[in-house]
This record gives sequence, C-alpha cells and structure tokens, in this order.
Amino acid sequence: MGAGIALVAARAGFKTISFDMSEGALDKAAKQSVDFLDKSVTRGKLNADKRDAIVAAMSRTTSIDGLRDCDLVIEAVFEDLSIKRDLLGRLDSACAADAIFASNTSTLSITEIASGSKHPERVVGMHFCLPAQLMKLIEMSPGILTSEETFRSAWQWTEACGQMPVKTQDKPGFILNALLVPFNNDAIRAVEAGVAAPADIDRAIKVGLGYKMGPLELLDLIGLDTQIRLCEAFYPITLDPRAATPPLLRRMVAAGLLGRKSGRGFFDYQGNAMFGA
Amino acid sequence: MTYAIEKNGESRSFPDGDAFLNGAVGRDQADIVIYSGVQFTPDSRKAAILIELGAECLGDHINEDNSEHENVLGFARYRNGGDPPSRLIELVRHSKTSESAIAAARDLFAAAGLEVSLCNDQAGRIINRLVVPKYNAALRFLDEGLATQTDMDLTCKLGLGYPDGPIERVVRGGLASYYRVTKDLFDAFGTPAFAPPRRARIAFKKAATCSETAKR
Repeated sequence: MGAGIALVAARAGFKTISFDMSEGALDKAAKQSVDFLDKSVTRGKLNADKRDAIVAAMSRTTSIDGLRDCDLVIEAVFEDLSIKRDLLGRLDSACAADAIFASNTSTLSITEIASGSKHPERVVGMHFCLPAQLMKLIEMSPGILTSEETFRSAWQWTEACGQMPVKTQDKPGFILNALLVPFNNDAIRAVEAGVAAPADIDRAIKVGLGYKMGPLELLDLIGLDTQIRLCEAFYPITLDPRAATPPLLRRMVAAGLLGRKSGRGFFDYQGNAMFGA
Repeated sequence: MTYAIEKNGESRSFPDGDAFLNGAVGRDQADIVIYSGVQFTPDSRKAAILIELGAECLGDHINEDNSEHENVLGFARYRNGGDPPSRLIELVRHSKTSESAIAAARDLFAAAGLEVSLCNDQAGRIINRLVVPKYNAALRFLDEGLATQTDMDLTCKLGLGYPDGPIERVVRGGLASYYRVTKDLFDAFGTPAFAPPRRARIAFKKAATCSETAKR
C-alpha cells in the first residue's frame, strides 16, 4: 500500500521518500513502482519523460531520520494500534515541529493512533483505497484533537495530488468499511442460511444493482482470512452483530479456502474457470 | 416457450407498456402461466406456473406438500422503489419444486432478455435481504453525522465502483416506499438491522398524512 501512496505523491511532483526498516521491502516496492510506470508508458497513459521525472522524485531510506525534512508523513504500517502509536512517537523525534502525520488506517481510531504522538493536533486520517495509485478516493478523518489547520493542509495536499477526498468522522471503518464489512458478512450469512448459491447471490447483486463485482467474488479477492481480521477489528469496538465473524467464514478459512490466493473460496479458481464452490 | 399472463392491476415486474406483456398468448395455448395479483389455479399440465411476489413468500400462496404445486414458482423482477424494473428476476423455488419447472422458467425469462437468480423461499429473497441493512446503516450514519450524503454516496461510487450511492438510491426510489420494504423485513426477521430508519419512518408518515388530506 505504501508504494502506491508514494506513487500518488511523486506523480503529483512531490519529492517523496519511502521509509521501511527492511531494505528488501523497499527494493521490492521500488521495482513494483517502476513496473507500474513502465506499463503506463506502454499503454500510452504516461510519456517517458514524465515517468523519468516521477522516478527521480522518489527515494528511499531505512532510517527514520531520513524523514526529517518531510512536511507530511503518511504511515501505512500494519493495522496494529500499538505499532502505529509507537511509530508516531518516533516520528515526533525525527521530524520537524510543523510536520503533519497522516495515518492510512482503514479500521483504527485516528484519535487513538494520535495519542502516540506528543502533537495529536498534527495527526489526521488519510485512508487511501487499494490500489492507491489507481483509486481516486481518500477518506479524510480528523481525530478529536486534530487542528483545523492540519486537516485543511492535508486535504489540500490530497487535492494537489489529483485525488478526491471525502470527510468522515473518526468512527470505526469510516464510511467504506463501515458499510462494506457488514454487507459482505450478510452475503456470507445468506449462503449459510441457504438463501441461494454463491453464483446466484452475486448475479443478483450485479444485475439488480449494477455492482461491478458480487460480494462473494469480492470476498474471494480480498481473502477470506482478511475478512476475518476485519471482523475481529470491527466487532469488539462496534458490537454490531452484522460485523461479527460469520461461522461459515471461520469454517472455510479453517479448511484452507481463502479465496483467489488459495485457488478456492466461494468460487473455484483452478485453471481460468470460475465455478461456484 | 409460450406464456399467458393472468393479472389484476399493474404488475411491478412488467408494468403497463412492457414489451413482455405483448408476447403473451391465451392460457390454453401457453406452456407457462404467470399470475400477478390473481389467485393462481394449479395446473400440472403446464411446464411451470409463476406467481409474481411482492413482499410475501411463495409459501403464502401454495402448499408444498400438494403434488399439484410441484411446477409452481414465485418470482419478482427487482425494482428499487419507483425506478424502472431491472433485468434481474429473483426466481423463488420451494422445497419440492421440480427441476423441469425451474428450467422452463429460466428459459422463458432468458428469452425475454432477463437474467435469473434462483433462490429459496425466504423473506427479502436475495437483494432486499442484503441491501436493506446496508441502506439502513447509511441512513443512520447520515443522522449521526458520520459524513454528508454527498460524501457517503461519492465514497461508494469511487471506492466500490457502485453506479449510485446508497442514500441517493433510496431517496430516488422513494423513502416512503422504502419504509414498507424495511418494515416488512423487520417484521419477518425481528433484528435491528431491518428496523425502519428515522428518515424512512418520517417519509412514510408524511405520505400517509398527505394521502388522508387528499381524501378529505
């Protein structure tokens, strides 16, 4: 995710530094970025000069001190509150006194993440959608202590990047996941309740509502194990029964049916064909 | 596959002027008989008997243990409130529906350019069972100030690729008619996710008041 966000920033002309403690992870992300840009050139969506300029705007570091001149730091580390809070504490020491810290969290509270910093007024939620380099939407959330100036500056930055920000309160899942995670669970429960076969459910949603993907196909793409993690993040803080992990989901993951990445989830992906499981 | 339509009033699936109505033949010549707003008559000689459903279940019309009902199915063409009907037919089977009747119904609707999702006889069928809790959540989020309607709808369109946002969709279809959909499901399931949201309740009450005033 971090690599995609770095591309968004560099593409807009911002000098962009990617930070990771692993040199290997940075190398891999850099290669993915160059591959993406090369494909964009091949497809005629980007000219070679622009690609070169984007690549030149991007650098990397394994030292957090390498971020000291940054005006904005966007964290996209693992969705773990203690890790994010710890990172913000370290950024306090490493960065300038007026730097803005943005969190790409999709599930955690911005206010709680910001409590890891001595300057929560400079912390803001900035949730990109996957893949960040292609998706325009950014959910922007102020924490309780976020200053108006911080929020305004961060918002303007996203617009300067050509993104489309929307403002949400600092609530679990913001807009996107607050609607999507329970909806996907409802689809799983419909399968479990024998309402219809997965293929019939997805067809109904696609044809009836015009969605590009049915919920079960989307779950297979996201990964059924990932959906469990999302449920485990949401349910304890919302106590919404729809956010609780459906029993069928647990059974499928226990059976190794994780979706596309394992070759089978609600549908079978062996070969090129897709069949209802 | 020939079909006859026995109807009383306008069908929600095939409203007046729908081309599908023009293809109907007389009941005696038809392979399939479609009932809309009319008590159906069992006829085991027909390939299928199709009963148009509203909020009710197929079980409200038939007796599953009656062998004369093995060729009977329910159906509804999905519509969002007052929007035109979609291309989706939710085809409802009961536990003893014959496979041949299902196949005949599929063929009929496919020939009319419609797509069929087969489901069992449960309240809300597929779409309403899945979208109503989501729409209710979106309306509640709007009341709670999570975001503006514009931002919530935009998020769903940009982030999820939906053709329209949940709130604009419900409002366009009619909040008062949406109230009836969610109220019926709340009565059936009894879970808070289906409880009619504030905005729908208000719209329904206002529509009822207007109707009463107009009658006077």
